[in-house]
Amino acid sequence: MAEAQTAILAVSGLRKVFGDLVAVDDVSFELGAGRSLAIVGESGSGKTTIARMIVGLERPTSGSIAACGEDRSRPARSARDRRRRGREVQIVFQDPYTSLDPRQTAEDTIDEVLRLHQGWSATRRRERIAELVELVGLDSRQATALPRALSGGQRQRVAIARALAAEPRILILDESVAALDVSIQAQVLNLLADIRDETAVSYILVSHDLAVVRQLTDDTIVLRRGVVVEHGPTATVLDQPQHAYTQLLRSSVPRPGWQPRRRGITDPEDTTP
Amino acid sequence: MPGSSQPLLDVSGLTVRLDVGGTKQAVLNDVSLVVRPGEALGLVGESGSGKSMTARAIDRLLPRGAVVEGSIRFDDNEVSALTGPPLRRFRSQVAMIFQDPRAHVNPVRRIGDFMTEALRTNLGVASDDAHERAAQMLAQVGIDHGEKRLRQYPHELSGGMLQRVMIASALLTKPRLLLADEPTTALDVTTQAEVMAILDELRRDFGLAMLFITHDLELAAAICDRTAVMYAGRIVEYRDSALLHSDPLHPYTAALAAARPDIDRTAHRLLAIPGRPLSAFEAPAGECAFAARCPHARDECRTGVPGLIELDGGATRCVRAVELRGQLGVSRHG
Repeated sequence: MAEAQTAILAVSGLRKVFGDLVAVDDVSFELGAGRSLAIVGESGSGKTTIARMIVGLERPTSGSIAACGEDRSRPARSARDRRRRGREVQIVFQDPYTSLDPRQTAEDTIDEVLRLHQGWSATRRRERIAELVELVGLDSRQATALPRALSGGQRQRVAIARALAAEPRILILDESVAALDVSIQAQVLNLLADIRDETAVSYILVSHDLAVVRQLTDDTIVLRRGVVVEHGPTATVLDQPQHAYTQLLRSSVPRPGWQPRRRGITDPEDTTP
Repeated sequence: MPGSSQPLLDVSGLTVRLDVGGTKQAVLNDVSLVVRPGEALGLVGESGSGKSMTARAIDRLLPRGAVVEGSIRFDDNEVSALTGPPLRRFRSQVAMIFQDPRAHVNPVRRIGDFMTEALRTNLGVASDDAHERAAQMLAQVGIDHGEKRLRQYPHELSGGMLQRVMIASALLTKPRLLLADEPTTALDVTTQAEVMAILDELRRDFGLAMLFITHDLELAAAICDRTAVMYAGRIVEYRDSALLHSDPLHPYTAALAAARPDIDRTAHRLLAIPGRPLSAFEAPAGECAFAARCPHARDECRTGVPGLIELDGGATRCVRAVELRGQLGVSRHG
């Protein structure tokens, strides 16, 4: 593959075991600079565990994660290394109601990241805050408001601006648009596309929403119980799904004339027989 | 189509005022809808549109201090006037299921106790008999080993399994109307398909009527006979679900359909609706609440709140509806 030469993230043989549960099993993929990859799957498929390992919130049981040319499956050796890693890979979580500090305004939230990562003067930081606030489409009242005065969509914009303040090479979007109203979701998806065009950041979109996946990503991996069952260009995976599970996901999406069918009871999350 | 039969639920001119920041403000305005026996009516809207509040008003679950105008008739009886035995009968004939099943069960009580409570206390069914009926109903919604499940606690079941328990439990009193408030939103897509299939089947088997509340226009269109679209506390459109995407009557419905990404193609840009959805009490007085976000708005849209106009077998609150007729169901994303 041509993009292998410019891969900004290479995950190989990744495995995570929690007690008796193999949450992630031999997962490998690459992400090119400026490209977007979707990790698709249902509850318990291991998609969020993969995202957390890439950010460094979980340690892999085995396998390697090379981000920006450096192996991340081992802990950082120094505070400086850890800070650099934090800068290179940022994450936006699903719930904008719990991922912001309730006592910090949007501007203060962004400023904290700039102070930590950029070492700039107050004037330069103020300029950058104004740019980021503008980029994510918050007005001046919203930029100086506490999270409780903001709607879900506005809070998610703050979370995106905070992530971008670190100038990451990789931005992980963990169901970041799932909780938003349809009309706001479209605004945020357009915003994310604009940001990618302007900054060449790479996205990993963790999502169960195949329409959102189609809109934002180039490539897709489909996970089931921690195992990759299908991997390919997003359009191909959605238009000609090969694996039975991908076909099931595709046919479960409501559409005109949809006839939902009972499959009999299979419940992978359930621990009792 | 159950078109001609007597309405089971008839809501007319429903206005609800609640305490918002110290004053009474309307959260629902002039909501009217009809559900006939065996029919599924979709109620679609974004945050603050009033869709959940409508269901709560019907089920008499409004917060204390709510001021209600208009009428809610179930089986030709005014719901607000019910007390004593008729109220208990209403409670057993109208069941409600919610988005988050875990928030609506007592975590320290067994599934069996939870499921049989209404039967034992409202209908005086003996405990053994109630447990047997509960186990049979679990089988109906696709849960095997019913007896064993009844002895389990909520934390031992997955979200999809627990939602099926909630549905089974709602159906135990043989209700005639199911108020389903985003019952599949928290579930995985394959589980959603399974739960929708179960609801569809039960609706046919029991002649159950359903008010299906969702933010998902595609889901409502796929499973409901008719759909009502709400914005800022008002119903802005009624439509046969089959026509909702191809021939919507209100610009908001059209904009909502166009804003959703399409699983079959990547749009250059999504047709986002500017601004954000408003609650009824945020909407400007004396004009169409959607006008500020509407690509078709003219001065005439700001001269008063549009009344509901009947058009092409549906209804819409848009003063330009006749003019825009047939032009709103544009193909998606150009």
